[in-house]
Amino acid sequence: MGKNVQDKSIDPATRAMLLEADRAGIETAWDRFEKQQPQCGFGMLGVCCRNCNMGPCRIDPFGEGPDRGVCGATADIIVARNLLRMIAAGAAAHSDHARDAVMTFKEMAEGKARGYQIKDGAKLASLATEYGISTEDRSPEEVALDLANLLLSEFGKQTGPIQFTRRAPAKRQKVWEAAGIEPRGIDREIVECMHRTHIGVDNDPVHLLLHGLRTSIADGWGGSMIATDVQDVLFGTPTPTTSESNLGVLKADEVNIIVHGHEPILSEMIVAAAEEPEMIALAEKMGAKGISVAGICCTGNEVLMRHGVPTAGNFLQQELAVITGAVEAMVVDVQCVMPALGNLAGCYHTKFISTSPKAEFPGTLRMEFREDEALEIAEDIVRVAVENYPNRDRARVNIPKEKTGCMVGFSAEAILGALGGTPKPLIDAIVSGSVRGVGAVVGCNNPKVQHDFGHINLVRELIKNDVLVVTTGCNAIACAKAGLLQPEAAKEAGPGLQAVCEALAVPPVLHMGSCVDISRILVLAAAIADHLGVDISDLPAAGAAPEWMSEKAVSIGAYVIASGVYTVLGTVPPVLGSPEVTEVLTKGTEGVVGASFAVEPDPFKAAKLMIEKIAEKRAGLGLGA
Amino acid sequence: MGCRSCEIACAVEHSRSKSLFGAVAEKSPPKKRIYVEFVPECAISVPMVCHHCEDASCVSVCPTGALRQDGIVRVVTHDIEACIGCWTCTSVCSYGMIGRNRDLRVAIKCDWCPDREGPACVSACPTGALVYKEVDEFSGSKRAVAALKLAQGVSAAEIR
Repeated sequence: MGKNVQDKSIDPATRAMLLEADRAGIETAWDRFEKQQPQCGFGMLGVCCRNCNMGPCRIDPFGEGPDRGVCGATADIIVARNLLRMIAAGAAAHSDHARDAVMTFKEMAEGKARGYQIKDGAKLASLATEYGISTEDRSPEEVALDLANLLLSEFGKQTGPIQFTRRAPAKRQKVWEAAGIEPRGIDREIVECMHRTHIGVDNDPVHLLLHGLRTSIADGWGGSMIATDVQDVLFGTPTPTTSESNLGVLKADEVNIIVHGHEPILSEMIVAAAEEPEMIALAEKMGAKGISVAGICCTGNEVLMRHGVPTAGNFLQQELAVITGAVEAMVVDVQCVMPALGNLAGCYHTKFISTSPKAEFPGTLRMEFREDEALEIAEDIVRVAVENYPNRDRARVNIPKEKTGCMVGFSAEAILGALGGTPKPLIDAIVSGSVRGVGAVVGCNNPKVQHDFGHINLVRELIKNDVLVVTTGCNAIACAKAGLLQPEAAKEAGPGLQAVCEALAVPPVLHMGSCVDISRILVLAAAIADHLGVDISDLPAAGAAPEWMSEKAVSIGAYVIASGVYTVLGTVPPVLGSPEVTEVLTKGTEGVVGASFAVEPDPFKAAKLMIEKIAEKRAGLGLGA
Repeated sequence: MGCRSCEIACAVEHSRSKSLFGAVAEKSPPKKRIYVEFVPECAISVPMVCHHCEDASCVSVCPTGALRQDGIVRVVTHDIEACIGCWTCTSVCSYGMIGRNRDLRVAIKCDWCPDREGPACVSACPTGALVYKEVDEFSGSKRAVAALKLAQGVSAAEIR
């Protein structure tokens, strides 16, 4: 393995830790990926169906074997059903996260969740207005309780509309209405995906895919958007701040706590508990100089955006953080947490602490989280980490030196605020051509792609061509590590974008948050479209997920095209076994929602596709090429 | 296990693009040369592939010389340009390993994947059911296992 770490990642800290893993004889996701080769062809093409027990069935992609499952489902039907289930799982993950955030918000409003409070009263007031809740002569908690109940009702609504879908430009809402894909309720659409894909229900690929778009809208303009906004009220709407990124943020002489997963509900409390003088005194007693919290994945992004808590890395670096030998506790909640961490933590002194009532893993120390005692539980967790510090084996500590500064915290509110409260300055820059358009680059890591290679090269190409990049999730962390989230990175941008960034003292790549915060990008896109009086599909914008792997990414990709934004995928989705589904996704949706997918693993070619699409949209708006 | 990964890998290796995603998009779908046969009597699947017999009857009956056997490694290859689709080879093959390319109206068979180091089917097999070895090497390794068991006092009846 050691001889080809270069092929596995472009990140020097990751390469260093892969060499260390090799030296220590420790297996990582890359090794397990190699052991899975070659991966199942039926699975990669999406032509395997396990939805009933007459099966499993699979279709011979080369036409010599069976062309139908036992029930008669063709490759087109099987692929569409499987894709719908992926969308359902992704939408469920985002939306169930949102539900928990609202439940915490509600308990806070009822005075049951001590430790939580309303951090952004202005956002609460604006959400109350959106929902028609009276704020006059009422305490913020009373308003919050009404809002919490109305937000909770979005999940169980049967006939719609989901309130936040009204944030989309009127033209976009009409598009959804015309296509019959306006979501009626968050849970309803997800449940209906499972119903439709049951044996013998929906067996028309286009009909299935349209419901996929509807479900994804319930995620992007529903679940994800609710998660973002409630978390902003509870923990504060992010504003620009600076921090550091990569494994080098781990401290050789402090207690290192990693918060990993996707929810800020507990990690906010961990950050607070780690700052308590009593905890710091305990750390000093244990021989440490202090307590350092760092994030991984989107839990990391949440606390990075709001508190400047450094990020230790993205998805494929979670095991590597433990391999530094310097992590006292890896505290996880939900989503994208590898079960491999259990065995791995067993090889080190690291405590692998699971906290979500929903998510247990092998080899954890279970410290289940409850809203009513959030701070106390967070303190207990921090104490476990601190008391674990003396168990650190100094001979095994190997922290890579790499860490890079970053400027983060660009919520839609912060971006509009920086522009003077209106998107007009940005629109002027786009109209003049100094900024040619906006590229939204998001998504995971995937060992099918050299780690960070897809992310960084795609983003660099875009900014070089004067395309402003907005980013979330593991792409944002990759950009942070590569220095692209620093104002100085404007030097890497084309002359037009460079001038704009330097005038505003912002980076050419704006970190907008976690993966649920792609809803922030939707809100920003809607604001720009409304200002111009056009639909989102008219804007010079394009999306990309260069290293995507999760089902959440499938739902995201679907709602991004359903919102009217052309999207380039860097890894091939399991749909190529169906010529019809492939055709619909890459062409057919254009006529329905004004956007479609492309698949392009080469980030340079992907950037070209996005830039061409932006040029096409500019021409459509009558803007200069 | 009957997963048919070998069949897919075989077809892909004999496609123009030699990649799964490219192969499914090709106008004339690539053809496999290995066949996973389900045996209902025993409820197991058996991968069937050309044995490249030392004295290959298909080669001796081929009227055009389309089927040839390498003098040293004994691999039996097939030249589609020379094949007239008479199916004589099909009738004499003891294992049913001559397939049919309907588009080109010629026979097709295993060629041991000349563009790779070992056959694609063997690399694709997730359980190690397919192996690619010289007779001497294969027998040698089986001998070693049997000898070990004998030495350890296992009765010969248990050795298979």
